[in-house]
Amino acid sequence: MLNKKSLWTMPVSFWHNIGFQVIAIILALAFTSLILVMAGAPPLLAYKNILEGAFSSSTQISNVLVAWVPLLLATTALLVTFTAGLWNIGIEGQITLGAIFTTGMLRLLLGSDLPPGIIILLGFLAGMLGGALWAFLAGALKAFGGVNEIFGGLGLNFVATALTIYLIFGPWKRPGVGSMSGTVPFPPSFMLPTLSGLRISLWAIAIGIGGLAIIYLLIQGTYFGLRLKAVGRNMRSSFLLGIPTTRYMILSFIICGILAGTAGAIQVTGVYGRLIPSISSGYGFLGLMVAMLIAYRAIWVIPVAFFFAALNIGSIRLPIVLQLDSALSGILQGSLVLFVLMMSGIQQRFFNNKGEKHP
Amino acid sequence: MSTALIIIGLAGVLSAAAPVIFAAIGETLTERAGVINLSVNGTIILSAMAGFAVAVTTGSTLLGFLMGMVVGALVALVIAFGSITLKQSQVAVGFVLALLARDLAYFLGNPYMGSSGPRLSKLPIPYLSEIPIIGPMFFRQDIMTYFSFLLIILSFVWIFKTRPGLMLQGVGERPAAAFVRGANVNRMRYFYTILGGALVGLAGPTFSLSIKAGWKGTISGLDGIGWIALAITIFGGWNPLRAAFGAYLFALLQWLGLVLQPSLPGIPSQVLQVAPFPLMILTLLLVNIGNTEWVERLLAGLPEKTRHFVAKLLRSLRVSPPASLGVPFEQE
Repeated sequence: MLNKKSLWTMPVSFWHNIGFQVIAIILALAFTSLILVMAGAPPLLAYKNILEGAFSSSTQISNVLVAWVPLLLATTALLVTFTAGLWNIGIEGQITLGAIFTTGMLRLLLGSDLPPGIIILLGFLAGMLGGALWAFLAGALKAFGGVNEIFGGLGLNFVATALTIYLIFGPWKRPGVGSMSGTVPFPPSFMLPTLSGLRISLWAIAIGIGGLAIIYLLIQGTYFGLRLKAVGRNMRSSFLLGIPTTRYMILSFIICGILAGTAGAIQVTGVYGRLIPSISSGYGFLGLMVAMLIAYRAIWVIPVAFFFAALNIGSIRLPIVLQLDSALSGILQGSLVLFVLMMSGIQQRFFNNKGEKHP
Repeated sequence: MSTALIIIGLAGVLSAAAPVIFAAIGETLTERAGVINLSVNGTIILSAMAGFAVAVTTGSTLLGFLMGMVVGALVALVIAFGSITLKQSQVAVGFVLALLARDLAYFLGNPYMGSSGPRLSKLPIPYLSEIPIIGPMFFRQDIMTYFSFLLIILSFVWIFKTRPGLMLQGVGERPAAAFVRGANVNRMRYFYTILGGALVGLAGPTFSLSIKAGWKGTISGLDGIGWIALAITIFGGWNPLRAAFGAYLFALLQWLGLVLQPSLPGIPSQVLQVAPFPLMILTLLLVNIGNTEWVERLLAGLPEKTRHFVAKLLRSLRVSPPASLGVPFEQE
């Protein structure tokens, strides 16, 4: 074997890292349990319900996968902007615009005789364009207008939401009167084919994993990725070294937008079958959390996004079974990220150890 | 619309701006010291819920407001510890807390959904409230609106006219120089982060005990206001007077959206309510664009007179953040 190094001979810092992260997980669980006790609920029963809600049947596992794919795409998208040292909070709006463009394209093609495969493909391409356009706006505002990407992005998120609602109640409203339930559902032939009896489509899973693979290769295996990393590490010296930093910054936004738009297209063609008011389902912000938790390492996207998706799906039943709000999943996710950040800081500060680097 | 209705509307604008002023000025103080508290949106929602819950349980609005401030200060303490002591990214810690605090509010606020609680009453000031037009607009408000007027003046004087205020500016602009002159940079950053957080925490109960009285969970209509407050801090150029102006502008636009609703039947109400957001991007663009290189290059090509005029206009709008904003202070 090439790699003879066993776990026991790993450097001390490796065990240090693991140790600190285990402590962070324990602290997050303790914090969430404390909150549950404050709400008068037995913590173990709540956790058991979340697990059952996520994994007790093949229907439930497929629902977790349905949430996992867009979250996977959103996190992957963010790896690109994080690599360039950018905080793309506007990703929610980019997912939404992807969904809007997909819906628009599918509506255009409602009466056409094109084969369903082509129609869905055109829908996805439109979604990518929508996401890329919205991301480009955030990037252009930053590069040419001096508007911090966090605030430009946040503003664009709200505009995207307003646009969705305008379309649902205005030009795209259901016959008669518009309602919060969204636009008229598309015929089944416009949807990604799902596994029989389940809601998950193998196509969606393939697109999600394919997207991650492409981005991983792009960042780790190309000259573009190398230079993008340089821009993220130190914008000024990259510029002095002759890297066109503005172009790289905007490109990273556009790539991120394409993936976010794909997530929006999947929300329309693989999940809801129409445009609804909160079509992005918060996966953009959740993706930011996943990206922070895994310290921007691509290999960890798959399992951690799956875990977060499972928490979201598992907690849906909490209001029915235990009369608890489903925001519990957000508390567990948020405290997990917070304690991991804190423990990584404690490790760096008090143990003189490099730990994980968070930009 | 009659004059009387307009006056009532404008009085409403002044009180609706109060919580945004608390949040934006709190954030201004924090950022002046060089720390970004990105959790504002979550802090406002959590303090609104906690303040309401305490007020319902005890029947005292005063305790509700105190609770809101304690919540805001605690969240800010976590940010200060994470970013100043542990030197983690302020944006990362703040963003996580923005989401975490919001979810805590929705989860823990569940039992208080829709319950009726105490509410601040109007407190007309004798004599002053009788002045025509000005009286009903400014002097028939509740105590928090009066406090918002006071806070604008106090914070402005504090930052620009007092010795500690000058120190504060120094800590945000040139922490190393301030340190040499005897300022304990990190202790001051802790202080202003917590003070600013407590002010942000005052915004929540101002909603739940006055402007949008009650707690309705996710449909309380508070999600998003904190992000606006952060944008107004920038728009305000880290100056309380300008930030207050931004807050009034925002409240005015929201009111106009409601008033104009009946005359624009094609546009759903949800769209008009977000009308301030594109305007926010536009204003951020206006106040920042003077800082960019290409504008300077473009200006250089203009004829002398036009260039002077445009440059002057842009300079009057332009804002630049405290130089050390977001940068941890390393004591050599």
